[in-house]
Amino acid sequence: MTVILGQTFTGISIGAVLLLIALGLSLTFGQMNVINMAHGEFIMAGAYTTYVLQKSISSAGISLIVALPVAFLVSGALGALLEWLLIRRLYLRPLDTLLVTWGVSLMLQQLARDIFGAPNVQTRAPDVLTGNITVMGGDDPLTFANSRLFILGLAVAAVLALSLTLRLTPLGRRIRAVVQNRDLAEVSGISTSRVDRTAFFLGSGLAGVAGVALTLVGPIGPTMGTNVIIDAFLVIVVGGIGQLKGTVIVAFVLGVLQSVLEYSTTVSVAKVLVLVAIVAFLQWRPQGLYTLRTRSLV
Amino acid sequence: MAVVALSACGAKTDAAGTSSDKAAKIDVSGDTVKVGLLNSLSGTMAISEVTVRNSLLLAVDEINASGGVLGKKIKPISEDGASDWPTFAEKATKLIKEDQVAATFGCWTSASRKAVKPVFEKNKSLLFYPVQYEGLEESPYIFYTGATTNQQIIPALDYLKSQGKKKLYLVGSDYVFPRTANKEIKAYAKANGMTILGEDYAPLGSTEFSTIANKVKASKADAVFNTLNGDSNVAFFKEYKSAGLTAKTMPVVSVSIAEEEVKSIGSQYLAGQLTAWNYYQTTPGAANAEFVKAYKAKYGADKPTSDPMEAAYTSVYLWKAMVEKAKSFDPEKVKAASDGITFDAPEGKVTVDGASQHIYKTARIGKIGSDGLITEVWNSGEPVKPDPFLKGYSWASGLS
Repeated sequence: MTVILGQTFTGISIGAVLLLIALGLSLTFGQMNVINMAHGEFIMAGAYTTYVLQKSISSAGISLIVALPVAFLVSGALGALLEWLLIRRLYLRPLDTLLVTWGVSLMLQQLARDIFGAPNVQTRAPDVLTGNITVMGGDDPLTFANSRLFILGLAVAAVLALSLTLRLTPLGRRIRAVVQNRDLAEVSGISTSRVDRTAFFLGSGLAGVAGVALTLVGPIGPTMGTNVIIDAFLVIVVGGIGQLKGTVIVAFVLGVLQSVLEYSTTVSVAKVLVLVAIVAFLQWRPQGLYTLRTRSLV
Repeated sequence: MAVVALSACGAKTDAAGTSSDKAAKIDVSGDTVKVGLLNSLSGTMAISEVTVRNSLLLAVDEINASGGVLGKKIKPISEDGASDWPTFAEKATKLIKEDQVAATFGCWTSASRKAVKPVFEKNKSLLFYPVQYEGLEESPYIFYTGATTNQQIIPALDYLKSQGKKKLYLVGSDYVFPRTANKEIKAYAKANGMTILGEDYAPLGSTEFSTIANKVKASKADAVFNTLNGDSNVAFFKEYKSAGLTAKTMPVVSVSIAEEEVKSIGSQYLAGQLTAWNYYQTTPGAANAEFVKAYKAKYGADKPTSDPMEAAYTSVYLWKAMVEKAKSFDPEKVKAASDGITFDAPEGKVTVDGASQHIYKTARIGKIGSDGLITEVWNSGEPVKPDPFLKGYSWASGLS
């Protein structure tokens, strides 16, 4: 029993990590149709931001708290810069954004290597996050790792913040309007270029927050972005492009699936089985779990 | 005469049928002799391999300062294998063919060694490999200066057995070293009344260990045998601690974590855990005191020394001694002169076994302290004869 509960918690915590890395992408890829291969490097930028802050702030707890908004701003600014420099010229050519942003991702990796060195680095987690909470006592106690609970909380908070922004704020309404019909939004007086840039800032900023979370799990390195970017795209494609609800559900389903399969088989076999399940699902529902109904003409 | 071509005695045809009677050219014109340093300076293995290159350079500097080898200064040519096995093979070829080095030092993972092995054999050039490995290998052109199985893994198992740890869980990276090592561990366990409760492999560079930590915890093993490589260890030990597992409840014995890795993983995750090696920074002796002092003087007082670094440092001196005994840089003559060469290494006296081209080394089990240094809790007393194919163990008969 504790094994099943423990494993479900592990799956949910893997899902939370997946959700965090996919959330920003669901805005830039899902809503704006930009295949941003540099999203993983924005995650890396967030992780290195945490590392740099920890060098200057001695308390690991405070530096982690400070890192969250700072990483959001750093990665967001990088994203807005990328949008302004390159992507805004390519909105009508989504496949070209793939090549361009891939080039940018390679450049950012090299930049990180030049600044921080090729070997990976680590941050110290605050003491409170290295322990765990015992939920059920007895001989075989069920324990939840504090760092995983923190990441889960972070993912939930990020989803809430994004979803409320999209639903309730004027900016959110403008983003949704642009997504549904760009031309109509433009003639209604919405500056689509400004909305694009702001949306890109938000999506990339969320990548930075994901980067902070990843420092609690493993090492920080120039190629850490490429390790997670495929998972992020999988979550969004399976969830239904542009659908926040789909992204959330699929992230947790894939997390639990991965952890259950990993428990009963091995890491490599579980990865293969998850991919087979995804391929089978997309055969059945190529549009993903949820689809966007739009009045857009394209 | 700019370049002296050294030809091997007796043309031979290798198993594949291709003619390989030409030995690699070695550039000994002028007053220098070139050697290759082949290490991952980037990628997942850089955390470990950069330190190996540092200590190779230290040995080269020391030898040059004391007059060089056969009157020639050593000129190191450093190449980056980038944690990528095809790149290792490519760079090995470049060092032999273009730079015409007299010998090459480096490689860490068994995958990289397996990738360059045919290159060195085909070109009849020498590789000095400084890292402990899974054994079951011999090559006429490789000198293994790290531990083979019976100098590290088997002593570690003997130690666990003596501590009453009978139920083991095996965790490793998914490639040749952990898979082969675990095959040997399972055979040992079978013959020694130990039980293997589980065996898990994570892809090299993997950072998701929550499920593996859960499996290890649920198994209620007495101890974990860890053959993870590179910075996967960071994620593994973070998760291990998060799962509430400690060195007291379930100790982990690692064969690929040395002082440098302890420092970057963080000793708060590792304090109390066990490692098996032939050398620690704290190993007593004058030779080690000098080595540690020289290394810190060159690279910084906060930089620790470790077993692979020591084996790499030693390998340059062993090569020098072989060359001087052979009075030649010719790989064939160097090989012929290798048997019985000794060096007063930081780990203690080491001796080359010419038959297997491995060396006699003292086995040591250590405990990681909260200061990040490792202190010895057991040693084999005297250097152990290398036995890469485990011929001296009846339980190992079906392995190779």
